[in-house]
Amino acid sequence: MEAKRDVILTEVALRDGSHAIRHQFTVEQVTQVAMGLDQANVPYIEVSHGDGLGGSSLQYGFSRTNEMELIEAAAASVKQAKISVLLIPGIGTKQELKHAAQLGAKMVRVATHVTEADVAPQHIALAKDLGLETVGFLMMSHMAPTEKLVEQAKLMESYGADTVYVVDSAGALLPHEVKEKIRALRQSLSIDIGFHAHNNLSLAVANSITAIEEGARRIDGSIRCLGAGAGNTQTEVLVAVLDRLGIKTGVDLYKMMDVAEDIVAPILEKPQEITKDGLVLGYAGVYSSFLLHAQAAARKFGIDSRDILVELGKMKVVGGQEDMILDVAAELAKKLQTTG
Amino acid sequence: MDKVKVAILGSGNIGTDLMIKLGRSEVLELTTVIGIDPESDGLRKAKELGYETIDTGIKGFLERSELADIVFDATSAKAHVRHAKLLREAGKQVLDLTPAAVGPLVVPPVNIKEHVDADNINLITCGGQATIPMVHAINSVQSVEYAEIVATISSKSAGPGTRANIDEFTETTARGIEKIGGARVGKAIIILNPADPPIMMRDTIHVLVKGDQVDEEGIARSIKEMEQQVQEYVPGYKLRQEPIFNGNHITVFIEVEGAGDYLPKYSGNLDIMTAAAVKVAEEWAKRKISQAIV
Repeated sequence: MEAKRDVILTEVALRDGSHAIRHQFTVEQVTQVAMGLDQANVPYIEVSHGDGLGGSSLQYGFSRTNEMELIEAAAASVKQAKISVLLIPGIGTKQELKHAAQLGAKMVRVATHVTEADVAPQHIALAKDLGLETVGFLMMSHMAPTEKLVEQAKLMESYGADTVYVVDSAGALLPHEVKEKIRALRQSLSIDIGFHAHNNLSLAVANSITAIEEGARRIDGSIRCLGAGAGNTQTEVLVAVLDRLGIKTGVDLYKMMDVAEDIVAPILEKPQEITKDGLVLGYAGVYSSFLLHAQAAARKFGIDSRDILVELGKMKVVGGQEDMILDVAAELAKKLQTTG
Repeated sequence: MDKVKVAILGSGNIGTDLMIKLGRSEVLELTTVIGIDPESDGLRKAKELGYETIDTGIKGFLERSELADIVFDATSAKAHVRHAKLLREAGKQVLDLTPAAVGPLVVPPVNIKEHVDADNINLITCGGQATIPMVHAINSVQSVEYAEIVATISSKSAGPGTRANIDEFTETTARGIEKIGGARVGKAIIILNPADPPIMMRDTIHVLVKGDQVDEEGIARSIKEMEQQVQEYVPGYKLRQEPIFNGNHITVFIEVEGAGDYLPKYSGNLDIMTAAAVKVAEEWAKRKISQAIV
């Protein structure tokens, strides 16, 4: 039965959460989670490598299971929910999008750095041809002034996107900034607006509520906070808060809590909390997926992972530049040797 | 010794940068710049420098084809498919700087010798020119099972062509990594970084070699030698760090600073393409000259 929804949630644990478990999802896990989310009446479930289609690599980490198998398994496990995929042009290609659509994906989010929307038109056009719902996903939104964000969002709209997302990939945005950005988009666009948070500064739920108050209609969540960095907006928490506010998501709160506790919690290598490195991501404005890579580099070179992350923030490194982590770590280690 | 006459087809940024590089060549004589817009900055500059200019495109050139024996095509993939056929019929040797890839893929220090008589070669992509030499350098010491490259370029030096055809970049580069680099499986990723001031082009090459015993010394030496070979025609090409060895996973970091001829120094991505094209043309010219002497 079609539920009434004031806000449409997209569950990203099976995509963004892939970062937190180093892309080790199995078909069994994805099937169990997707079934549980579907029964809880979650409308959209995103499944892909953490860095989107084609992300399986030495740069970002190889997937344990081919993402196409995971997409297929998820699509076969759901009755009402639609499967979404992420595609970052420059990493994933049209070829992979076609394949995902054949396997049952119904929505694609075409993601670019907040200032680079013009690499997206060919992928958005293909998605429309394939009959997919299409989202323009502007990552690292904190790095551009609001006027620039509006300009880029309008480009996404002009390419045919059905929705444009403000993506706080670094979990760096403060509530008043979310308010300003969503409000400006609401005034300039006629399509839906979405918001994707990371909880690095413990602001994910608050920022998501602010976005909704300013007119965002689509919000991302990750159940049990299974997402990059400190995770995203914890979906079951958001559902509870929105219920208290009288905003309908159509999602069954108790069932969500059960999926979180019984199915998702055991998948996590350790409970999601805001560690010192997670906090530094939000504080320094660094792409959340860098977390585990920076920790590994810090161990390899015997330096403090926070120093690597802060340096990357200063250099204004963008999403996807994971290779810079090793480069910066090697550089910092060299400096320590010469001064020490 | 006579120089070999060359022409540039396309009067945009790449064509104009080529014009300045060719002015320095000891074996190539730029005679003609061909465009389709008489008002373009490139054609105006060519006229100022005293070159023949043709503003009616390939058609105008074919009417005066004695102006050049070698042609650099810096137009677009779509246009190149047509140009390639016409120029072949006219008996010209052609360097394709577009993603059309009608002819064989060439990376100068790797396979230039195999294509000294080709009538059309393709220069792959900027990311390919920067990284394939390193994949090859490693593969010549120890078999490369998998090679993956990440090219990060400043937003300002990624033109509308690259942006509109970003899949062509990743797919063509991956093919080059396999065919020319020698990797069994290749993958390419491209990232645009809008930082201001613009960043230099950076390329990271991740490689998995075959076997448990990794010849670290041999591989490091081969990488160093390759760096020098590329520097002969791209002076701003350099290793940013010593290669990192992690089991059979090797990571190489490259930075490419442009020569700053017409394009700014941060456009190392464009500079390496034009420099590679000139390098191949010079090899062709040397061969033509030596044949003429014999």
